[in-house]
Amino acid sequence: MTSIAAVLEGRDLISMRDFTRDELLAFLDEAERFEDFERPIMAGKIMGSLFFEPSTRTHLSFTSAVQRLGGTTLGFADARVSSTAKGESLADTIRMVENYCDIILIRHHLEGAARLAAESSNLPVVNAGDGTNQHPTQTLLDLYTIRQKRGRLDNLKIAFVGDLKYSRTVHSLIETLTHFDNEIFLISPTSLRIPSEFLEDLDARGTVYSEDEDFFSLSSDVDIIYTTRIQEERFPDPIEYEKVKNAYRIDLETMLRVGTEVTLMHPLPRVNEIATDLDDYPGAAYFDQARNGVTVRKAVLCMLLGIDRD
Amino acid sequence: MIESAGSEATDPASEGPAATTSSGNAEPLIKVSALREGTVIDHLVAGTALKVLKILGIPREGAVTIGLNLESRKGGQKDIIKIERREVSPQEVEKIALLSPRATFSIIRDFKVVRKFKPTLPEVIDNLIRCPNPSCVSSDDRVATRFHVARTDPLKVRCHYCERALKKEDIEHL
Repeated sequence: MTSIAAVLEGRDLISMRDFTRDELLAFLDEAERFEDFERPIMAGKIMGSLFFEPSTRTHLSFTSAVQRLGGTTLGFADARVSSTAKGESLADTIRMVENYCDIILIRHHLEGAARLAAESSNLPVVNAGDGTNQHPTQTLLDLYTIRQKRGRLDNLKIAFVGDLKYSRTVHSLIETLTHFDNEIFLISPTSLRIPSEFLEDLDARGTVYSEDEDFFSLSSDVDIIYTTRIQEERFPDPIEYEKVKNAYRIDLETMLRVGTEVTLMHPLPRVNEIATDLDDYPGAAYFDQARNGVTVRKAVLCMLLGIDRD
Repeated sequence: MIESAGSEATDPASEGPAATTSSGNAEPLIKVSALREGTVIDHLVAGTALKVLKILGIPREGAVTIGLNLESRKGGQKDIIKIERREVSPQEVEKIALLSPRATFSIIRDFKVVRKFKPTLPEVIDNLIRCPNPSCVSSDDRVATRFHVARTDPLKVRCHYCERALKKEDIEHL
């Protein structure tokens, strides 16, 4: 483990805003060492897994990471079985749970719940998603996949396509990418444009970006297309959803027009944004993202717990 | 007493939005007595004086003079508040700074300005601002609010918990 990686021992992973560029790179470098690594270095360690709202993918991915390293988990996947259903404060729940485990994983519908949990515990706390705010291991696995597929995190042309207004994943990744030097393209319907706050941040950090509604405004030398599901549940008016739901359906024909060297990413689950005929396309990286999620989470848990892979 | 559209005071301890009619100018002005003890808050952003008064509360005793939309020598308009027999607390100064970061505070004792200062915004603001995000964990009354000052001019603060950024006009005091 490098010296900067060692600095991360005992830290919480709550928000990407809490980490420097070097610390982010330390997470990614360490994750590379955990590719296909399965030895019981977490034996005797228990992860408290508190899912106050359901999440199949993140829950399974973390559980897989722990079990592949010989650790165990305890907790709940439904808030109805926790004492918060009886009116217990989140802080009290955390103070109780920290007696039972070595690291706490929390997913909560309230934004800031993971931060509050971290302040209530002496154990490392990992945010597995707090409402529409942060989901830092998703952002780390996205960065990891970008570097894996393109060999670098700088000098890339990266397009974000779809719901740029509500997507937590997109917001966090765009913000984190300001640590690096890339050109950003923002493709969305007018009603789903990225909030101006994020554009102010891009301006403040000197990141070059452009906005457009037309998918085919993308130049053929774009390196990455990161597309997201347009979330029906975000629309108060179903007619507005109908207008935009198929705005950016990407299929093989679309990719042939844009370029065949492009890496295509999606946080999943998809509905129909990416046609299944693209699943064998060489640049399709969305299932690799899911696989990388386990690798990155293995590294994150061990780094925060101070467990050296060797 | 509320005064509107007058000229600005020169000495915080003397008549504040000052005396009678100026020479050759027919603008009527209301005379305000000099302050023996108390606080003058000058250079408030025009339109914020009543919000500032809400922060301070109206005292049971002592005169309160408010000037609204006064011409400022620095250009534009400003508000001013004079409060008799009342000195502001550091916490009140922090709250007022969020509304009007360039305000000046003069503490008057025995007709003399004993201290004049501009507020400095702290890096962290505890339990002064309400987070307007209903999905923020600090919407639970058991959780004290905390904000970080992300930018001072124009003011932008960020909720410690939900990380939402608020501009000055969105800030709501507890």
